[in-house]
Amino acid sequence: MSEPELPPAELPSPDAHLQAGLGGTWQRLHPLSPIVRAGRGLIAIAFVLLFAAVPRGSGAGGGAFQSALSHIVVVVVVFLVALVSWLVTRWRVRDGVLQVETGLIRRTSERLPLTQVQAIDTVRPGLARVFGLTELRIRMASGHGRAGRLAYLTSSEAEVLRAQLLAMSRGLHEATPEPLATTLLAVPAERLWISQLLSGLGLVVLLGVAIIVALVVISPGAAAAASGALVLYLLVAVSILFSRFSRYYGLTVARAEDGLRLRSGLIQTSAETLPLARIQAIRLVEPVAWRITGWCRLEVDIASQRSKGRQDRVEGKAARALLPVGTRTEAAFLLDAIFPGVTKERIRPPRRAVWKSPLRYSHLSWGFDDGYAVTTSGRLRGVTDWVPLAKIQSIRWVQGPVQRKLRLASIHLDTAGRRVHAVLRDRDASEAVRLMDELPKWCRVARLRTDGMDRPH
Amino acid sequence: MTPDDGVADGALTWNGLSPKLRTLRRWEVVAAWLGSLVVAIPTAAALGSTVTAAVSAGGVTGLSLIADVIVGRRFRAWGYAERAEDLLVRRGVMFRRTSVIPYGRMQYLQVTAGPLERAFGLATVQMHTAAAASDARIPGLASPEAARLRDQLASFGEAQAMGL
Repeated sequence: MSEPELPPAELPSPDAHLQAGLGGTWQRLHPLSPIVRAGRGLIAIAFVLLFAAVPRGSGAGGGAFQSALSHIVVVVVVFLVALVSWLVTRWRVRDGVLQVETGLIRRTSERLPLTQVQAIDTVRPGLARVFGLTELRIRMASGHGRAGRLAYLTSSEAEVLRAQLLAMSRGLHEATPEPLATTLLAVPAERLWISQLLSGLGLVVLLGVAIIVALVVISPGAAAAASGALVLYLLVAVSILFSRFSRYYGLTVARAEDGLRLRSGLIQTSAETLPLARIQAIRLVEPVAWRITGWCRLEVDIASQRSKGRQDRVEGKAARALLPVGTRTEAAFLLDAIFPGVTKERIRPPRRAVWKSPLRYSHLSWGFDDGYAVTTSGRLRGVTDWVPLAKIQSIRWVQGPVQRKLRLASIHLDTAGRRVHAVLRDRDASEAVRLMDELPKWCRVARLRTDGMDRPH
Repeated sequence: MTPDDGVADGALTWNGLSPKLRTLRRWEVVAAWLGSLVVAIPTAAALGSTVTAAVSAGGVTGLSLIADVIVGRRFRAWGYAERAEDLLVRRGVMFRRTSVIPYGRMQYLQVTAGPLERAFGLATVQMHTAAAASDARIPGLASPEAARLRDQLASFGEAQAMGL
């Protein structure tokens, strides 16, 4: 027996298809992609259909049928759009460039040079998981934080393609395995949901539930009348809480050579890589309600300019929570893994700053060493920002009228991140002047040092 | 006594903006003044008497004079200085701001001139860094100075360029 016989259905084996794509022949995405893409719309419409059908089932038959028909037309149109989009989308790798073409009327052709690939993330929405499909997001080092998308491939294909593209992006042979990752920590599920209940929105939900329960106990009649709208709001709030919970469910942070690997998700799972060199700032937030449990949140800000692209929406809204909830020890551990050896020393602002920032005063301080600057602030919740001096884009000195009277000034350290930006608030004016002179020099030294260490490839 | 722009460097020479910008701003105040007069006088005359009209015209004129003084102070507050490795830009009267932007951080340069600016031979030079908060805009430069600054910044930026 020379070769095992393959059934004809498997002839264009997934691997052959991949190899052809890597070899420079145009390839389509997985044929089930349009269903997954249209999926969200389809589910929403199915719900609408249900709601539309149920109350009218007994009454006017013709009307219900017509409205159902119009919904079906919408379903068909959504599906057709997704189908056409699938038909006109193709990808290939040629001369070290990943090319993705898409669009029927406005044809776009993306060329993603593999040498500039920053990271490749995998995302699997709920429906895609049902079919065993995965989306690849190729994040580029340059450009405006745009990501190339390959949606969808089968999960095994996606893993193989991801590893090969990453290997090619490092100029290695295609078959080089991905560098190993060591797990740093995982977030337990019960801590995650408790922390969500203790968040601002969670507390509002708890209050709402308490009100409803109280109403029911006091007078059930009034409760029924009053709680209608309240229940609706509560449902919306709970769904938001749930989506946050499901986004960070089972989060593990692992460390690999090329950065931090984050895996998380309950319904939609994703695996992201945060390249360490790309981290512009880290923020530690300690919400008031979490003081009881001694928890905090660690966010990172990575360099990418505002993009209006919808695929970056999740990433674009907020800084990425590296640790959605954790103990201080865990946060300190992660911080040390990213910015090793940051200073613990803090310098307080002068006492008179209390007149300018009465609420913030107790939180205000800053510190620095030859690699990083750290500032703390926050009115009720505590916020600590770490910024590598080498990442500072510009330094701004700002003095308002009140500060001028009190001989104070603030210094802003601008980084390429979207949200985190460190402010040395309400420093003594003469200290600020000295810092305006020295900070640019320190930044330059830090930059030269890190540039020598890892030149952007 | 600390300096009012956060930079204690006596040797530093701050460049001001083109006096033509001052003229442009003054004309803008004049235009606003004339516009308000055209509206205020007939309205006041219709509602009240000649006295109300005169008072409102006086009020509008007074406000315009104050506006001109404020505009002048803001104009004088602007300044920029090119150092060996970074650009300094200062501005603001109430809230004073001074930015230090290393040339190496420059992502791209933008020179813009609106129709009014063009009529006065002015241009705005803006240096963009990767940080959205960076504040390196210098308005109201005379066109030749804007061109010189642009070329200068571009060559510095190229020589000192660095990754993110």
